[in-house]
Amino acid sequence: MTIGTSVKRIEDPRLITGKGQYVGDIKLHDQCEAVIVRSPHAHANILRIDTEKAKQLPEVLMVMTGWDLPKDLSPIPMRLAPNEALTKALQFPLAKDKVRYVGEPVVLIVATSRYTAEDAADLIDVTYESLAPITDVHTAIQSDTSVLHPEIGSNDLFLIHSKKGSVNEELKKCPYVIEEDLYVQRHSGIPLETRGLLAVVQEDKRLTVYGPTKVVHFNHQILARLLKIDSQNIRFIETDVGGGFGPRGEFYPEDYLIPYAALRLGRPVKWVEDRLEHMVATNHSREQKHHVVVGFDESGRIHALRDEIFVDTGAYIRTHGITVPVLTQGMFPGPYDFHALEFITHVVATNKTPTGTYRGPGRFEGTFVRERIIDIIAKKLNLDPTVVRERNLIKPEQMPYTNGISALGQVVEYDSGDYPQILDIARNAMEWNQFAERKALAAAEGKIIGLGFAMFVEKSGLGPWEFCEVEILEKGDLTCKTGLADVGQGVKTALAQICSDQLGIPYSKVTVIHGDTDVVEKGNGSFATRGTVVGGSAAWYASEALKKKLLLVAAELLHLPAEELDIKNQLIIHITNQQCLCQLEDIITECRKRGIELREKYTFSIDHMSYPYGIHAAEVAIDSETGKIKIEKYYIAYDIGKAINPLLVHGQLVGGMAQGLGGALFEELRYDDNGQLITGSFMDYLIPSSMEMPEVEIEILENSPSPLNPLGVKGAGEGGTVAVAPAIANAIINALDKYPIEITSLPIRPEVIRDAIKKGPVTNEEE
Amino acid sequence: MTQSNLKNIALTVNGKEYTASVEPRMLLSDVLRDELGLTGTHVGCEHGICGACTVIMDGRPVRSCLVYGVQADQAKVQTVEGLADPDGGLHPLQEAFWEKHGLQCGFCTPGMLMSACHFLEQNPNPNREEIREGISGNLCRCTGYQNIVDAVELAAELLSKNKKCDDESSDLQVVQTGRKVNV
Amino acid sequence: MKPAVFDYYSPSGLEEALSLLDEFGYDAKIMSGGQSLIPMMNMRLARPKVVIDISKIDELNFINITDSVIQIGGLTRHFQVEESKEIGEICPLLTEGMKLIGHSQIRSRGTIGGSVVHADPTAELPVMLSTLGATITLASSEEYRTLTTDEFFMTYLTTTIETNEILVSIEIPIPPANTGFAIDEFTLRKGDFAIVLAAASVTLDDEGRVKSATLGLGGVDGVPVILDEITEELIGHFPDSDTISECCNRIGDLVDPEPDIHASGEYRKDLCITYAKRVLERAAEKAANRKG
Repeated sequence: MTIGTSVKRIEDPRLITGKGQYVGDIKLHDQCEAVIVRSPHAHANILRIDTEKAKQLPEVLMVMTGWDLPKDLSPIPMRLAPNEALTKALQFPLAKDKVRYVGEPVVLIVATSRYTAEDAADLIDVTYESLAPITDVHTAIQSDTSVLHPEIGSNDLFLIHSKKGSVNEELKKCPYVIEEDLYVQRHSGIPLETRGLLAVVQEDKRLTVYGPTKVVHFNHQILARLLKIDSQNIRFIETDVGGGFGPRGEFYPEDYLIPYAALRLGRPVKWVEDRLEHMVATNHSREQKHHVVVGFDESGRIHALRDEIFVDTGAYIRTHGITVPVLTQGMFPGPYDFHALEFITHVVATNKTPTGTYRGPGRFEGTFVRERIIDIIAKKLNLDPTVVRERNLIKPEQMPYTNGISALGQVVEYDSGDYPQILDIARNAMEWNQFAERKALAAAEGKIIGLGFAMFVEKSGLGPWEFCEVEILEKGDLTCKTGLADVGQGVKTALAQICSDQLGIPYSKVTVIHGDTDVVEKGNGSFATRGTVVGGSAAWYASEALKKKLLLVAAELLHLPAEELDIKNQLIIHITNQQCLCQLEDIITECRKRGIELREKYTFSIDHMSYPYGIHAAEVAIDSETGKIKIEKYYIAYDIGKAINPLLVHGQLVGGMAQGLGGALFEELRYDDNGQLITGSFMDYLIPSSMEMPEVEIEILENSPSPLNPLGVKGAGEGGTVAVAPAIANAIINALDKYPIEITSLPIRPEVIRDAIKKGPVTNEEE
Repeated sequence: MTQSNLKNIALTVNGKEYTASVEPRMLLSDVLRDELGLTGTHVGCEHGICGACTVIMDGRPVRSCLVYGVQADQAKVQTVEGLADPDGGLHPLQEAFWEKHGLQCGFCTPGMLMSACHFLEQNPNPNREEIREGISGNLCRCTGYQNIVDAVELAAELLSKNKKCDDESSDLQVVQTGRKVNV
Repeated sequence: MKPAVFDYYSPSGLEEALSLLDEFGYDAKIMSGGQSLIPMMNMRLARPKVVIDISKIDELNFINITDSVIQIGGLTRHFQVEESKEIGEICPLLTEGMKLIGHSQIRSRGTIGGSVVHADPTAELPVMLSTLGATITLASSEEYRTLTTDEFFMTYLTTTIETNEILVSIEIPIPPANTGFAIDEFTLRKGDFAIVLAAASVTLDDEGRVKSATLGLGGVDGVPVILDEITEELIGHFPDSDTISECCNRIGDLVDPEPDIHASGEYRKDLCITYAKRVLERAAEKAANRKG
């Protein structure tokens, strides 16, 4: 059995010896490099672009403005959650008349080296007429604010309204109704490798592009459409990728510009985004304002919740369409059984970098809001917050459970889960029942400590399908061609384990091929925690078909029914007595003799997503003089149905937690009133280092396998991230229960905590 | 590129001597990657925060994006490509990173390995907190560091057993040049 | 993020470096460790026409300890000071403070002269030197001159060094035997520039009363701030935490830090008080231990 074991990754030997081939590592003969001149203004008319001096510079090969692009060029379309009404807010690869965010591409330069290209960029003279920048969603939708996309008519680009039951009716019946405003700050995936592309026209006139990832086949089609050439004449090759996390691998302006430049120049053109560019050019994410009205009774049971959400979508609609707003709504209810729900989500345009998904899109935001609301209710009622959770959880017997809200074109229907059980597991692990005592003892020593919980439901396995093709090679090695992409998550190892499990061969004999459109015939890619669920299932079935083929031949040779045979350890065995009958190799040889092709393709289709679920818990100690938080203990329990490789799942969860920690305490893409990004370098955009990350205790549970796929898997990519902020916030509030503080905004700064402590404990009149 | 502005440099990388003719403004990271073809050293920020480009120069870990190639003239540089034995045997740190799942996308890994290697030279028997401090100049966006700490811990153990880092072949001893302290 | 073109000179002696400075004047920029300058050049925020790389001038790389003074050459790298056992014994503040500078990679390249001339008021070295009463020696092709830190640091990233001068050394008076030191800083992440930074030295008399004390703060003004008004109050008293606390609570009246994206002025003030207390207490404790 390979599935379920923590084998070492097949990806690693190359990567630890410096033999990885990331796009920036590829060097082709005669290659030149591109640089993009970007808008320094948040909002401005372009009056004139003078490129003459730059063109005169030696070794500058091309200088191109928006006016040099084909007249009939279409904007970059939406990939997920497309919406007709929003097509008027899409982005063109280069701005022509107007720029709408700092970092918007204005001029493309190609020179013999990046150094020279940057010299030329210095010589580009753009005359801008600056316009009033819009940096806040509420200002954006005021009637006297200028409209960024006139064809839509309002900066309130799109409204998504969903409901279940009648919130108004339920609220009337509630003895308690509270309103809260909460804010999640703009931040993003920020992979350690920036984006990059290398495009070359081969001798056969075909265009090859190195560097696409995540959704290689989809982007392949988009490029063909934008360039108006047959996709047969384009080859995409995925290289090693230095982290995905959502932003990486979408189709950006450069994904058109670099291939276009290569076609025009007839020379290989490389572009590697630098870090300062990355901070303004690659998708931002997360920024939302929530106004919540919630009604509940004295037991803490929540009867109705309305959330009006303002999503700061930035200057244009990018490939994710309205994915994030829709997921925010659809996944907002989490593990709870609310009677009535209503969401009114505004997708608002501002003069900031456009946005897209980032690990746990919509869930990081919604989970922060929901799990804080639960603790606010508990505080109001003077109840144990875990008890309030318990009283509102969906019961196992209610599964499958429809939460009444749609997301990504499907009604959210939780497939399986025992939510009360996982709450109990976490309470026990954190010794919650003894915590009050421990806290009092700490207080006696002058220490402030607190413990907080946050529950969540994740989603995974987005369809509609994934493809896999397996083939046995000469020496009994297997190739597994997958439509998934490798963004560093260990997909090759996971697929190799699945194939190896079916075919009874060592996983090290499996070579996984991905991301090459000439080699892998189709694919949907790696996003939304779909890889192992959908791609893994395709590999499972493809391998199964291949196994059947092998066993049929074996059955004939051995004069036994095929159903009685199996393959284990490269041997054909008898199922009932486990007796070894012959070598797998012999059967392979026999197949070849008979001209049987040992190759199978499988396309696994699925309509519904799976829903893994879990809980985070944090114990914090607070420095009362500085407000600084120290995470003393961090715990995650996550039921993912089935772990193909527990070690990799563990890695996903701890790594995901680090990104959640960044979002909770450190990272912020902050703009000033002029629409300038003021945290646009690694000096100010604070990614947690090894010193900020606590040791994380992980409990991987397999109590609720998904009934929707043959492996029972639910995926593990995002659950480490989504509940960090509320777990820490709730722990802080628990620690400071005597102080005047409520955490409703991220990131949580020590200054805010210090302020509350400075004000001193409040005397509670209600008691 | 004006030819007159080119400088000739000679440096030893992983025990091998190289010469190159470079503009003074060319960063050591670019010299290694573009001129010498040693692309194992990665570039993550080019302003000295992320540590992905860390190499050992004259016995000390440096950010190769914050050194000009001309400054490395006559220097001894060690990169990730020089960690394993010439016959392919992995360095204990590499073995430990593999064993402990100390990497995901692998982009920060070369810099992380070089920092860790120097760190273990200085502190062969560290505790976890010291390891965290030792790798704090290298950002990783995938792992949350925990498995990296595990890996460095394991490597320390492996190294104490077989002392691979001190093998003559690995050329990883702290080189004392440029460290002239006259007290 | 690639630097603009520059001409590069790598003089092997101080004299040669100074004459290059005379030749190129304002067009030239001295580079030693480059750990502040190179990021600025990579971003093209700094574009010197001429870079004079002094990192190969061995005569400026030294640590020289006499009976009365620790003299450190401008080109001495941070790690050399950090790892110097003699400095650790005589002036442990420097050793402790060096460990707070960036990360190991930065300390491999960064130089004493570079840090001091860069004059970032949230950096460790300027505050340490001010606290220790150090002097700074500059050379031009005409003369050498030695300045106090007061005379040297002007405001944010600005000093009184002339374009024809190079920092050749710093001199730290050897502290009396009964002296303890401490340095600490508040950062959001380890290794970042401090939001507030405090350094203290406390010397005790034979009875354990404070004989003299110095408190230096960084991150509160354009230059390191030395608060003699606070430490004078301690002289003659036993340095127990109540006494220190009482004195430090007045810091809020004496400093007026500017807000920035990481912290408000008010919060910085509070941090100053907290960190001043912490370093004074710890320095006093160490002084007592040293004496004992």
